[in-house]
Amino acid sequence: MSALIECEDITKIYAMGDTEIRALDGVSVSIEAGEYVAVMGASGSGKSTFMNLLGALDQPTSGMLRVDGRELERLGPDDLAEFRSHSIGFVFQQFNLLPRTSAVENAALPLVYAGVPAGQRRKRAMARLDQVGLAERSHHHPKQLSGGQQQRVAIARALVNDPAIILADEPTGALDSRTSEEVMRIFDGLNRQGITVILVTHEQEVADHARRQIVFRDGKIVEDRA
Amino acid sequence: MNLWASIRVALTALRVNALRSALAMLGIIIGVASVIVLVSISEGTKRAVEEQIASFGANLLIIRPGSSIFGGRRGGAGSAPPMTDGDVLAIRDEVAGLSSVSGEVRTATSVVFAGANWQTSIYGVNTEYFEARSWIIDEGRTFSPAEDNASRRLAVVGQTIVNELFDGASPIGQVIRVGGQPFEVIGTVEAKGESNFGTDQDDIIFVPLKSARSRLGAGQRPPTPDPVNAIYADVSAGEDIDRVIADIQDLLRIRRDIAPGASDDFNVSSLAEFIRARNETENQLGLLLAVGAGIVLLVGGIGIMNIMLVSVTERTREIGLRLAVGARRRDIRNQFLIESIVLCMIGGALGLAAGIGGTALYANVGQLEIVVSPLIVGIAVGASLFVGVFFGLYPAQRAAGLNPIDALRFE
Repeated sequence: MSALIECEDITKIYAMGDTEIRALDGVSVSIEAGEYVAVMGASGSGKSTFMNLLGALDQPTSGMLRVDGRELERLGPDDLAEFRSHSIGFVFQQFNLLPRTSAVENAALPLVYAGVPAGQRRKRAMARLDQVGLAERSHHHPKQLSGGQQQRVAIARALVNDPAIILADEPTGALDSRTSEEVMRIFDGLNRQGITVILVTHEQEVADHARRQIVFRDGKIVEDRA
Repeated sequence: MNLWASIRVALTALRVNALRSALAMLGIIIGVASVIVLVSISEGTKRAVEEQIASFGANLLIIRPGSSIFGGRRGGAGSAPPMTDGDVLAIRDEVAGLSSVSGEVRTATSVVFAGANWQTSIYGVNTEYFEARSWIIDEGRTFSPAEDNASRRLAVVGQTIVNELFDGASPIGQVIRVGGQPFEVIGTVEAKGESNFGTDQDDIIFVPLKSARSRLGAGQRPPTPDPVNAIYADVSAGEDIDRVIADIQDLLRIRRDIAPGASDDFNVSSLAEFIRARNETENQLGLLLAVGAGIVLLVGGIGIMNIMLVSVTERTREIGLRLAVGARRRDIRNQFLIESIVLCMIGGALGLAAGIGGTALYANVGQLEIVVSPLIVGIAVGASLFVGVFFGLYPAQRAAGLNPIDALRFE
């Protein structure tokens, strides 16, 4: 059986005016289901680009990229949307919650696009909010929540459609160290339940939660240690 | 994403920027309101014209003397020799395709009945006049040709006279004094109401033409012994009006001894022509106003497009997020399209209200009967929907075309 994520010789080239930027330069790696991976590197090292490719927010210039059984470079826009909807749960540094929208509605947002009926959406979103310890704040708007609470709503949102993979891009970047610990413990718990967690970070403390660390430099993987 | 959820998202977005949304709607409000006022007024006017045609008779010909030329000097309208009783008879007997023909002389004098007096118009007419001018006998009868020829002192009165002199009671058989002479009232005519020019058409008394001339001095034009001011001729349904007019012209040229090549010293005019000319003017005016309303709607639509582009830019990160959690491009496009449509529909509803208000105001001032028809509501909804879709599509496409990463990173 093949791995959950398989990359073969992936390159990603951005054209910036006349010059080309090789954000990724021949990356090959595979990640098994249930792994807990930290992707590290300085800014501009290619780690975010790698993350975006895994989440189908972007497509590689060349190379083969298979995630959750699908070859992403072959999918059209609608299929990519469907893939993001069912296979990936995103967590962002800036939370990216919808303002003036309650926590439960924020958490339920992916189900809207997955075509789940309204009643079920609410029930499933509530279950995930309960899982991240925010059930009693389900009707609060983002403004009424602390940074840590907002990020937990965002995690509930990432989990709500039962994705195979959680992709977290600097999930603690906007949080203080104590709150960061709380959020990281949630990721630890999710991984223990068998969910594949991949997080991008440049903080060693955060990366230490993961069991595998992949380090990028100049678009290449320079270190891959368990 | 279902429709109702999209509408809710749209309403929230509009509420957050209530003032901005209201300003963006202003163009639509004004555009829809002006379209509605236009349609209502043109409908009301059309109705008024139709009523006028019904009360006047579209096939009616009016024959009047024109201007005379005397020693190279042209007189004014009506300066040519008047028509005569002979002309009335000749037209009736020799021109085919006429259902009724009557002469008319007019004067104004005071009428008295039992201490009440009233200044009114006296029309001296022939028997067929009532038919030609579509006056319907309400009570009693009209005078016969024999009574007309005998200059009998008989009167048919309008409803205003009934009200003013008889207090609404039946005047049949009563004797009124017209210009000092006793006339017996033998009939009344149904009310026609106000004319288009604001005069009371029912403030009128009809008497036999010959008695009006000989007893009341109406229409006297020495040395002509039997003048009439005008001849009314009603063309039978299905007859060719232009042919009848030509026949009348030929006949009168002979009777008035006009040399070949000289111009007519009389006019034969038809209401149909007048109505045609008037409709043409109205159509042009309507077209002009419609173009104006279209321009306002266009400007309103550009306002909508502008505000939607701002909204798309402001919510770039939201769009990125929605794409990241599984929204397809068409979900994003539909969301913004619905927002634009909701914006325009609210504007359209307000415009509808303003339009109805404006129409009512105009109806009050212009004394027109205005009806708010389903057509108007349809126009309001249709125009709003069209503007919403047409001017919302580009911003919506732009939102849908955003690259998820760029959108998520947008500051």
